[in-house]
Amino acid sequence: MTASGFLSQLLQLAVALALAPLLVGWVNQCRAWLQNRGAPPLLLPYRTIHKLFSKDAVVAHGASPLFRLTPYVVFGAMCCAAAIVPSLATDLPFARAADAIALVGLFALARMFIALAAMDVGTAFGSLGARREMFVGFLAEPALLMVLFTASLISGSTSLPTIVETLAHRELGIYPSLAFAGVAFTMVSLAENARIPVDNPATHLELTMIHEAMVLEYSARHLALLEWAAALKLFNYSCIGLALFLPAGIAEGSDWLGMAAAAPLLVAKLAAGGFALALIETLSAKLRIFRAPEFLGTAFMLAVLAMLVHLLLES
Amino acid sequence: MSADPAPTFALWATLAAIGAWLVLGAIGLAAPRRLRFVSRVLFPLGCAVGAALAAVALAALDDAPATLVLPLGLPDLPFHVRLDALSAFFLVILGAAGCAISLFSVGYFRSSDGTAPGLVCFLYHAFLASMAAVLVADDAYLFMVAWESMALSSYFLVTTEHRIPEIRRAGFLYLLIAHLGAIAILLCFGVLQGGSGDYAFDAMRSATLAGAWPSVAFFLALFGFGAKAGLLPLHVWLPEAHPAAPSPVSALMSGVMLKTAIYGLLRVGFDLLPFHAWWWGVVALALGLLTALYGVVFAAAQTDMKRLLAYSSIENIGILVAGIGLAILFSAYGMAPLAAIAATAVCYHALNHALFKSLLFLATGSVLHATRERSLGRLGGLIHRMPWVAGCALVGTLAIAGLPPLNGFVSEWMLLQAFLFTPRLPQSFVNMLVPVLAAALVLAAALAAYVMVKFYGVVFLGQPREPGLANAHDAGRPERVALVALAAGCVALGVFPGPVIGLLEPLTVMLAGVPALAPGQGSWLLLAPISEQRASYAPLVVLVVIAAVVLLAIAAVRRLWHGRVRRAPPWDCGFPLLTPRMQDTAEGFGQPIRQVFEPFFRMERELPTPFDAAPRYSVTIGDRLWHALYLPVARAAEAAARVVGRLQQGRISVYLVYSFLTLLALLFFVR
Amino acid sequence: MAGLPLYAQLINLLAAILLLLAFAMLAQRRVLSLIDLFAAQGVALTASTAIVAWGTGQTHLWFSAALTLVLKVFVLPWILYRLIRRLDVRWDVEGMVNIPTTMLIGIVLVVFSFNLAYPISQLASTVTRSTLGIAIACVMLSFLMMITRRKAIPQVIGFLSMENGLFFAATSATYGMPMVVELGIALDVLVGMVILGVFFFQIREQFDSLDLKHLEKLKEPE
Repeated sequence: MTASGFLSQLLQLAVALALAPLLVGWVNQCRAWLQNRGAPPLLLPYRTIHKLFSKDAVVAHGASPLFRLTPYVVFGAMCCAAAIVPSLATDLPFARAADAIALVGLFALARMFIALAAMDVGTAFGSLGARREMFVGFLAEPALLMVLFTASLISGSTSLPTIVETLAHRELGIYPSLAFAGVAFTMVSLAENARIPVDNPATHLELTMIHEAMVLEYSARHLALLEWAAALKLFNYSCIGLALFLPAGIAEGSDWLGMAAAAPLLVAKLAAGGFALALIETLSAKLRIFRAPEFLGTAFMLAVLAMLVHLLLES
Repeated sequence: MSADPAPTFALWATLAAIGAWLVLGAIGLAAPRRLRFVSRVLFPLGCAVGAALAAVALAALDDAPATLVLPLGLPDLPFHVRLDALSAFFLVILGAAGCAISLFSVGYFRSSDGTAPGLVCFLYHAFLASMAAVLVADDAYLFMVAWESMALSSYFLVTTEHRIPEIRRAGFLYLLIAHLGAIAILLCFGVLQGGSGDYAFDAMRSATLAGAWPSVAFFLALFGFGAKAGLLPLHVWLPEAHPAAPSPVSALMSGVMLKTAIYGLLRVGFDLLPFHAWWWGVVALALGLLTALYGVVFAAAQTDMKRLLAYSSIENIGILVAGIGLAILFSAYGMAPLAAIAATAVCYHALNHALFKSLLFLATGSVLHATRERSLGRLGGLIHRMPWVAGCALVGTLAIAGLPPLNGFVSEWMLLQAFLFTPRLPQSFVNMLVPVLAAALVLAAALAAYVMVKFYGVVFLGQPREPGLANAHDAGRPERVALVALAAGCVALGVFPGPVIGLLEPLTVMLAGVPALAPGQGSWLLLAPISEQRASYAPLVVLVVIAAVVLLAIAAVRRLWHGRVRRAPPWDCGFPLLTPRMQDTAEGFGQPIRQVFEPFFRMERELPTPFDAAPRYSVTIGDRLWHALYLPVARAAEAAARVVGRLQQGRISVYLVYSFLTLLALLFFVR
Repeated sequence: MAGLPLYAQLINLLAAILLLLAFAMLAQRRVLSLIDLFAAQGVALTASTAIVAWGTGQTHLWFSAALTLVLKVFVLPWILYRLIRRLDVRWDVEGMVNIPTTMLIGIVLVVFSFNLAYPISQLASTVTRSTLGIAIACVMLSFLMMITRRKAIPQVIGFLSMENGLFFAATSATYGMPMVVELGIALDVLVGMVILGVFFFQIREQFDSLDLKHLEKLKEPE
């Protein structure tokens, strides 16, 4: 591991940690505009996180140590994931320790911990949320893995930086399989980040919640960490999507000039992606929970088709 | 194999271990009612034998094969034994898991449980010894003798509490299917010897089989060993027998005995059969994945914790068989390096499953002892009462769900890598099929996470669903040591895959011809099967980074803000009458899966009407295969028996007429 | 992959989009969206025909592209829209098999047709030969859609999109049929559509519904 590689790694992790709440703020703002509401300030997520950190944590009677440990583990897993996904440059020494399959594993680890913590206090809503989260996850996770597999088949590697290098600096060619994979990935990201049409991030009715029902018992610093981790998850998914489907501009190796150019490009791409997300959320309605498997099953099938199309058309 | 390799120390030691287990069992038989002696002396000694066996076999992994002809056996047919890398590896599994389970048993068996403790001790050690004998057998006779003693001793162990009719029924079903499988294995050996009449494995290796015979042998082996392993559609005994047995026995059956079937399949498929046809691989792959999906979907619908784990065993066996199929597919096309990856993944997963499934079955044993309750609907909140068991079970749960950085993930990662590199297969059909099958594998793995959240969440988390659970006590010291050892094994296998795969190298070379790791690739820290550019994984780094972030976050939060905590009642949404009964039950947690996979199940629901004074909801999940396959066969057998029964007249003269007619017919035809 | 000329790559992309649309139709519950998807398929077909015309310099393909555009993007969807308004049938389509299962069968069909096309495409000489498998898959998927739907209008849309698949096979794999054949097929489709439209009115007058299960009553009483 070289010093510049280490620096580039740290820089990208720091960018992820710093920009993640901003992305959430931006999506909220766009959604408010599109729905003709007054928009909340762009920096509101930062203030919320700070406010939550300052409060006293209220923990339910009967909560086990697992409950208090979970926010930290979830946050740790999301940081790990952020350290694998190339956002500015492809020189990520840590990505050698965990490839695309391990990335999906890290997301699953976070999901499992948060579901267990939701069942820990033993209220009806917690276990309801946990059940629904695992229910959404059992289809979303394979679909995500299949999307990543398609990219791995194209580039002959499961290491994310290598995939991005192949896709970004390839000969000009059109990959029809990526069209399928892109649609599947969009659907999976909506489900995984608790967005409409699978979940509603703005709901206040416990019965319709998934993610919010799981974190209902959390407060103060634990909630702050979970919110931050959720923002990181959205940021990670956005970066995976950008890296797979719009990789142009990501610097190769730890080329500092290239990274300086990549930074504004990343912000622009994220802004456009966030707007697209808000647009999708505005245009679609929430599905009944038992329509969600249909939605995700479709994503899964599309991802499998992407692999098939790759094998037919591109090999 | 040119000359007869001389017997080595390791082979003698293995035989000594088998002998020692038998002696321990015999002593137990001599003192059937002395519980303290049996549990305080004999089981710890058995544990020590297991540990010694594991150590010896581990050291023997990269020895050259050693053989020996024993002076005992059937008349004129001395037993052959052989210790090679394959046997040694499965002996490691047997020794290690057996050691931990014996240690756990020290505090587990009580005098009130049906069969006398001395007898249980005898059966238990005979079970261990016969499994070891299966693994070192080098001719069909010893193999079958050991295989049948294994089936019998485990049958008696399953029916320890033989006063309960369901348990007797479960045991009978197990025995029936075990024998069905044994017949297939016997026929398989019959085909393999190729007409030479020599049933030593060495003769089978050199026998040349023509035409369709190798395929016949392979599918007989798949059927026979599949019956023991719980492969679809021969899985029905498994979810009945595992819950019926005492927990250490369930752990031994699920963790080790199922692996002997995998061993048999590997032995026949990779050692005794000279070559592979690609379509064997496709059949095994498809069957394995079907089994995996079937097992995990049923596991999600279970309400009994041991049945849930039994179905999860079916899932894992499915994954193992799928891996074997993939290895066969690769080696049929001469792609040795890929076959090596698949074979390593299979062996790694076998080891992993032995550890985490034993761990979880033992944990359910502790829960059962502490609460006398097996139904998930009456448990809950045990993490407060049983912190040791809960902590170890958490490790097992995360490992079996295939999450990094634990061991279940490593084998699944390797298997997925093998799947991913298939697109160079020459057959276009297989080429298209494999990605779809990889999707099925991933789906099964993701569903396993669902199942394990259900298992752990309902048993250990939440509030106690019954008032009696408040008196639950944590496991005793020997049990704790066993659980912690198994959990530590799960972590170690998850964090250090490089050295473990290095140890497996002789085995991989034996199965696939080449080592799984290309020379110069990866290190003790980094796992890189083909090359670092293709794929690499370093779980220790992942673990360290997650731990570092967790610690840093805790320290930073305390330093920048504060660490104050207040306790309060949980949020009740303004409805003050919440009770622990309102938590999700096991049925509730499995309901979404039941709904999505409804065609899989045969459900009988009992729904309350609005006028019921005491409304009751119940749902029983039936196995469609049981109704579609087994019951018709049973009915046909009964009908046939009725027809044959007409011959029974009860009068001697009629029977004499039968004999006379037979004699006449024979004389007529043979003349 | 990168060795192919640009127009061939574009055709491959459009082939993938056609397959995507076929799957979307399979998964779609609403009749109106089904018609939109059908129109989108027409657009993709027009584009692919035009690209083949441009890439190979076969001028008659320009005419068939124009024909496709007029017929499948404007005329047929317009007729279908009108039919739905006149018959006032805006209900959701309930399939006979649930959607994930349908999709699963669809995947199996795709694998099957890819393998079916593999030996043929090895023999073909055109650069876009690998699209043949996709064209066959589109036909099969439309067939599947016809099988799994109960109501009359989705079945007609399935029939029309089956014709789309055939047309795509003809243009992309063999660079088009003779103009006479194409015109004939186009006319057939149009006339077929008109006749089916008349039938719809008749069916509804008889049974007060477009649910085809009522047709089962027409068989002789036993």
